[in-house]
Amino acid sequence: MSQSVSEGLKETPLAGLHRELGARMVPFAGYSMPVQYPTGIIAEHNQVRDSAGLFDVSHMGQARLVGPDHETTARALEALTPGDFVGLGRGRERYTLLLSENGGIIDDLMVTRPASPDDDGRLLVVVNAARKDVDYADFRARLPASVILEPMDDRALLALQGPAAAAVLSRHVPDLGEPGFMTAWSATFDDLACGMSRSGYTGEDGFELSMAADDAEAIARALLAEPEVGPIGLGARDSLRLEAGLCLYGHDIDTMTTPVEADLEFAIARRRREEGGFPGAARIQRELQAGPPRKRVGLTLDGKAPAREGAPIKTVEGRHIGDVTSGGFGPTVGAPIAMGYVDASYAEPGTRIAVEVRGRDLPATVSTMPFVPHRYFRKRKP
Amino acid sequence: MTTRYSRDHEWIRLEGDIAVIGITDYAQEQLGDVVYVELPEVGRTLAKGAEAAVVESVKAASEVFAPVAGEVVEVNVALGDEPAMVNTAPEDAGWFLKLKVADKSEVEALMDADAYKAFLETI
Repeated sequence: MSQSVSEGLKETPLAGLHRELGARMVPFAGYSMPVQYPTGIIAEHNQVRDSAGLFDVSHMGQARLVGPDHETTARALEALTPGDFVGLGRGRERYTLLLSENGGIIDDLMVTRPASPDDDGRLLVVVNAARKDVDYADFRARLPASVILEPMDDRALLALQGPAAAAVLSRHVPDLGEPGFMTAWSATFDDLACGMSRSGYTGEDGFELSMAADDAEAIARALLAEPEVGPIGLGARDSLRLEAGLCLYGHDIDTMTTPVEADLEFAIARRRREEGGFPGAARIQRELQAGPPRKRVGLTLDGKAPAREGAPIKTVEGRHIGDVTSGGFGPTVGAPIAMGYVDASYAEPGTRIAVEVRGRDLPATVSTMPFVPHRYFRKRKP
Repeated sequence: MTTRYSRDHEWIRLEGDIAVIGITDYAQEQLGDVVYVELPEVGRTLAKGAEAAVVESVKAASEVFAPVAGEVVEVNVALGDEPAMVNTAPEDAGWFLKLKVADKSEVEALMDADAYKAFLETI
């Protein structure tokens, strides 16, 4: 049960702060990262659902695509992803998928068009830590000569998530206003420059703040000094995103899964469904038309035993129809939850199935996701 | 009879022929929030080192091995409704199972509290 952090791991600019807060550090994607703080995963999970939590996500890869004008950069990105970026307005953010030629998912990423017209031709991307090297090599190999990838390794990234996030942030960003979900802007936090967006990975309202690595600790300390905010580690990050039905790359999606199988059709822009022109378009368009052979679904288990990644999913008669890709205990749900892939004929919510855990077939039901309703900020219509 | 400890971070306390077994405070702290405990069937005979229980935290499942051989005579059914007792009272209300011990000398051979404390300092 002992855990030691091996040599050669990278650290984020907040490594010292994590240790000071009593975090248990574990290796994750080549980084030494906090998995939990002394309060524990369930308390941290509830902190985010009930109030607000601060996540260090500086291990993620921040980079910019730089081209001569918006259309050139956007078209270059559209050649690699199924999103609509030509139509992405200034200050807007979008989730997308970097696709391989056979339609598999190389990575999932967030793309932001900066708010200032001076930045036209630039798109900011945030990629998974474990996929940085693969993604950057892929971008460099497949982008046209007119569009350059520039990693921003001197940046840190923090996420402030939870129903109290907006109130907390507005104390440090007085002109915050009411930015919409999936919008992005530049602002100063106290007197420190930040790129901000209203987004996250918990299903709650929240913000992501990108700042110079040297400014990260001051901003993190200012947020943690707010009574509503506690530090949140990777453990609660995982239980929060699982309840929100959000994919974890390398587990729920990878190069062997397509966007349609992964139930991520929302990331395939309407214009591009017919138009195609993205890697793997023929296969993905066929799956959109005829349905995929298998599909990512949510699972709720009847009992209390959690089903973990790799657990076989079976028909009630015991025939193997898929596998769990993420699973555990949902603290807000108060029960075990999981997601995994099943033969498409078993993907209908309400279908009774079984999940094998330690040699026993546990009864379970295919469930809609999210398991906990999203509470993203939506502007009221005037 | 005092409490003995295994290198796998179980405690074992003999009451006559019956040994009460659970996991140590160190173990529960390492596991984090316990959400489910799978306990063996009463009547099962466990060899020393055999899987006796599975404890599931939010993050992962971990096996608990029988520190000594014996027959399961009782399990802590209260953990079904309140698995978090493993965290809050690991060496008391959070006990796992009771074994009718086959050979008491196996218990004697385990670490006493001082030896376990010294062992923890080597980890």
